[in-house]
This record gives sequence, structure tokens and C-alpha cells, in this order.
Amino acid sequence: MRKSVLVKVAVQSILKNKMRSLLTMLGIVIGVGAVIVMVAVGQGAQSRIEQQIQNLGTNMIVITPGSSQQGGVSHGAGTFNRLTLADAEKLKREGGQLSGVTPVIFTRAQAIGGQGNWRTIINGVATDWQTIRDWPLKSGTFFSETDVRSMRKVAVLGSTVANNLFLGADPVGQQVQLRGVPFSVIGVLETKGQTASGTDQDDVIIIPYTTAQSRLSGSPRIWQILAATYSPTDIPTAQQEMKALLRESHRLGADDEDDFTIRNQTELAEAASGTTQVMSYLLAAIASISLLVGGIGIMNIMLVSVTERTREIGIRMAIGARGSDVLTQFLVESVVMSLLGGIIGLLVGFAGAAILGKVTGWSTATPPEAVAIAVVFSAAVGIFFGFYPARKAASLNPIQALRYE
Amino acid sequence: MPDAASGTPPVIHIEAATKVYEMGKNKVRALRGVDLQVERGEMIAVMGASGSGKSTLMNILGCLDTPTSGSYHLDGIRVDGLTRNELAQLRNEKLGFVFQGFNLLSRTSALDNVELPLLYDHSGRKRDTKALAAEALQRVGLGDRMDHHPSELSGGQQQRVAIARALVTQPSLLLADEPTGNLDSRTSVEVMALFQELNDQGITILLVTHEHYISRYARREVEVRDGRIIRDEPVRDRHVAKVDLSGIPDQDPVAAT
Repeated sequence: MRKSVLVKVAVQSILKNKMRSLLTMLGIVIGVGAVIVMVAVGQGAQSRIEQQIQNLGTNMIVITPGSSQQGGVSHGAGTFNRLTLADAEKLKREGGQLSGVTPVIFTRAQAIGGQGNWRTIINGVATDWQTIRDWPLKSGTFFSETDVRSMRKVAVLGSTVANNLFLGADPVGQQVQLRGVPFSVIGVLETKGQTASGTDQDDVIIIPYTTAQSRLSGSPRIWQILAATYSPTDIPTAQQEMKALLRESHRLGADDEDDFTIRNQTELAEAASGTTQVMSYLLAAIASISLLVGGIGIMNIMLVSVTERTREIGIRMAIGARGSDVLTQFLVESVVMSLLGGIIGLLVGFAGAAILGKVTGWSTATPPEAVAIAVVFSAAVGIFFGFYPARKAASLNPIQALRYE
Repeated sequence: MPDAASGTPPVIHIEAATKVYEMGKNKVRALRGVDLQVERGEMIAVMGASGSGKSTLMNILGCLDTPTSGSYHLDGIRVDGLTRNELAQLRNEKLGFVFQGFNLLSRTSALDNVELPLLYDHSGRKRDTKALAAEALQRVGLGDRMDHHPSELSGGQQQRVAIARALVTQPSLLLADEPTGNLDSRTSVEVMALFQELNDQGITILLVTHEHYISRYARREVEVRDGRIIRDEPVRDRHVAKVDLSGIPDQDPVAAT
């Protein structure tokens, strides 16, 4: 039988029982819709993480104060902060593998200047910070070694801060007060956007660490050391080197544990994408169960349909339809039904992903492969679950089928 | 099995055909050795009460079933021992079925119903199936009803559609199983008139009926009883349906289904 005729016959019999077909398709619609939403959320998270690694620079190594133990009791990360400016300076002097090192002193402050005030995070850093973070300036300049050594009161604003204080006007040359100390703005950073966890990276003010320490924090402790290698392949050896240098400067014995943590961006990214992967598998499992249930629904309806149309099958066989003709007819019908469900599911999934993105603020990405996935999956379900009923129809005895009332 | 004398084989050549159904431990012998030969152009009526083995014979002749023993040649092709697919192909190419209950596909137009056997053709030849179907419908006098669905047609018209469907493949044999069983007497005679007309054009027709007034429109009569043919003779007082029709008052043409 010609393919166009087969499809026509299938569509006719689906339209004959509109409500029934619609309810049968619902399972597939939900299944495929779930697959699409899952792919959209997964892809969105993935591309967000990738983008962020690009943003941070893949060569970056982060050192944070580690956990410490006293008599077997672990106190958690940062309990005893033994990371000092001296450590950062030592790494800068002796770290042969490192292209740049900067201490980071975090503090929160109310920034006053321009048209208003804004509470933001102050990062006290060295000049290397800009190359390590690979963060270009929108206007002005970054501070120099001299600025750092002389503890000059200069500040580089993140774009969020600049916009909030100066309402779009160029703040370079203006003044910003931090805890009553006037800083002159010498530059504005390019906009970087949010991190994967939703933090605004541009809500920041960068000042020399020397100034931050003497004017704002007053402590030799620092919260982070950022370093970069010349190339990503140097990271493992650089980490070894840094570990040795820090253990030496902290005077740790051979049996003592590290009181700092060294991580690189790749590890962070892997951890993050591992989490999304688990999430994806979970969603995929839910989606496939939904597809399975939808498929069973199709099988059920096709079995009913075969019984209802026994006489029709008998007529077709009497006038020369082969078993394979009848098999194909019913298989096409179930595939058309599941494909139709798949296409509706695709639209529902796209709409669902868009709505989810709007409502939750997650970034979602619906890749073109999703269309192929939906079509292939729903067709596969149609063939798999339509086969048994179709086989049943094809193996009917024509004499008995003709006599069926 | 070609007939050496005439060069063309008989349409039906069945020899010593038996059919035994096994029902649990019991064996039901539906046919107990049937011999029948039908030549091209014949119009033969098979008579018999229910339970006579008439339906079994019909199923075997219609290639829906095969005999337990004995041989059956349809148009020179040996049928017994063929596979399901080969039987289906034979039904498609050599046979046209007309049933008591018309057996049309509902929600399918007359034209599409008639076209259906052509769509199951596996020979791969390219034909204008719509045109052939339309031609067959015109032949049975329904050229103006092609787009009607079975529910919009009277019983007689539905049976004409079924006959057109049987004719469309140009079969060697038209098998009609109680073709007038669901029709009133005038419509029955009308259908028989159509059969006679087709037979005059050279189409071989085998009718199964239990009504004598139908069988007398055939040229030859065969009676089956207890799984055997007990009578096989030409119809002596053959009626011409067209003539009979003029004697029957033209009733309201309401379907008697």
C-alpha cells in the first residue's frame, strides 16, 4: 500500500475518535514536554557554567583559608584564618610557575558619591588581579604598583556600582567615600554579569590591598589569594609548588594537615557541572517514565482499536491485504499518534522552558537537537508500543475476522 | 493445470477436497471429498442448507482457507499449500468478493472503497487507481454516487459498490456469498440482473445461496449436503432478471437492510 494512503488512513482513524486520541497522546505530550524542559534547563546551566569559566580565566587558582583541627575536632573552612599578606608576597616572589599573584581582602562598605550611595563589596587587591581575572576596563585606568606601594586612595568601580552612584555618567575623576575615606575613581570595569549562582559580579569596588588593609580592614589576614599560571597545563605543578611554599611559610610539620585549600577553576566547574548532570539524569528518568506510561497508553488504545476493527481487518484481508499490510497500517497509526503527541509535547516543552526561565530567572536554552530528540523518541515509542497490537491485527484469521460482529 | 484441449485452464478445478476441523478431541468433517470444475464464463449457483459445508467450500474457493486433503487449482494455479501471503495475493489478483453484509468500509467514500483492492496490489505496476475505480462504479450504474459514503446509500446501492469493488481488479472469478440475503425481493432481482449482465460480458460468477428463486438466474446449479456435492446440473428454467423486473411493481426504493 502506498505510504501517502497509509498515513491518510491512519489520520482518518485518529480523527474518528478525537477525544480518545487526544487523551492517548497526552502521555507522550507530557513525556516529550518534560524531556524538552529538562534539556533546556540542563543546557542553560551548562552554558552558564562554561561562560563563567571563560569569565574567570581557566588558568586561575584560588587559595582560601583551610579548615583546622584541634584534638580531632574539625572546625570547618576558615575557622582559623592563617592566610596572610606575607603568604601572598612569598608566592609572588618564589612561585616560579605563576604569572601573577594577588591577595584579596573582602570588606563590605557603604559607598557614597555622585548622586547617591550604595552598599557594595570592596576588594583590596594587587595590580596582578586585573590580568588574573582577565577583566578589561570600560574607561579610565587600573591602579599601578606605585599606587599600591604608596597606599593611594584610588578606586576602580564595577559597572553596577558606577551606574548606581553616577547614573550613567562617567565617574572617572570623581570621588567616592568609603567609611568616610575619600577615594578618587580612576577606572570603571567592563560589565561581566551574574555568576552561575546569581551573584552580580559587577557589584564591586576594587582598591589597592595596602589601602584596604590600612584604611578599612586593619588586619594582616586575607580571605583569598588568587594566582594564575602561564598556561592551563601548568596548573598541577603550580599547585604543588604553592602547597610547598605555603606549608613552609605556615611552618607545618610533615604530619600536619594543610590549613589552606587550593582549588582551580576546572575543579570548580567540574563540581558544578557534576551537580547539574545528576539533576539532568533525574529529570531524564522522570521524563522516560512519563514516555513509558504514554507508550502503554498507546498500546492499550491500539489493542482496543484492533478489536473494534476486526471486521474491517477481515474485509481488507479478503480483498488481498497481506499480514504485512495490516501490520504497517496499525503501526503507522500508532506512530502518527505518538509523533503528533511528540510535536505537541515539543511546543509545550518550549513554552514551558520559556515560562520557567521567566518565572525562576534560570537561564534556559532550547537547542535545535531537542527537536530531533522529541521526534526520534516519540516515533520510537510509537513503534515499540504499537508493534504488539499491530502484530495481533496482522495475525488475525480472515474468516473469523469477517464473521466478527 | 492447463486443459490441453482448450488451452485455457478451468477457473475452478477442485478434486477430492476434504476439510476436517479439530475441535478438541472431536473431528468435524465439513467437506468429505468435493469435486468441482467451473469453466470460464460460467454462472454457477451453489445451494445448500446451513451446516451443509457450503460455507467451508466457499472459504476454500475464496482462498481464505485451504483443504485438508485434495487439490484446488484456481485459474491454473495450485492453491493448496500456499502461504498466507501467497493466498492474499491470489485473492487480490484472481478473486472478487461480494458478501451478504456488503462489508464496505464505513466513513469511506464509494470511490475509495472500490479503489481499496488496487492499493493492495503488490505487482508494482503503476495504474491510475482512481480512474479504474470510477470506471468500475460506472459499470454498476453508480457513476453519480462516487463520493457518497455507505451510510448515504441504499442496500442495493451498497451491494453495487461491493460488486464494483470486486470487479475493479478484473478478477478471474466473482465470488458472491448470499449477495441478496440482506435485500428486499425487487432489489435482489436488480442485483441479479447486474450479475447476469456482467456474466454476459464474460465474467465468471459463483453464487452461494439457499434461495431457489435466486439460483434460477444462474446457468448451472450445484447442491451441497453433508460435505458432498449431491446435485450438479444446468438450470433448466433459467430466468432473465431484466424480464422479471418488469413484472415486479416499482416500489419505493427504500433500503431493506
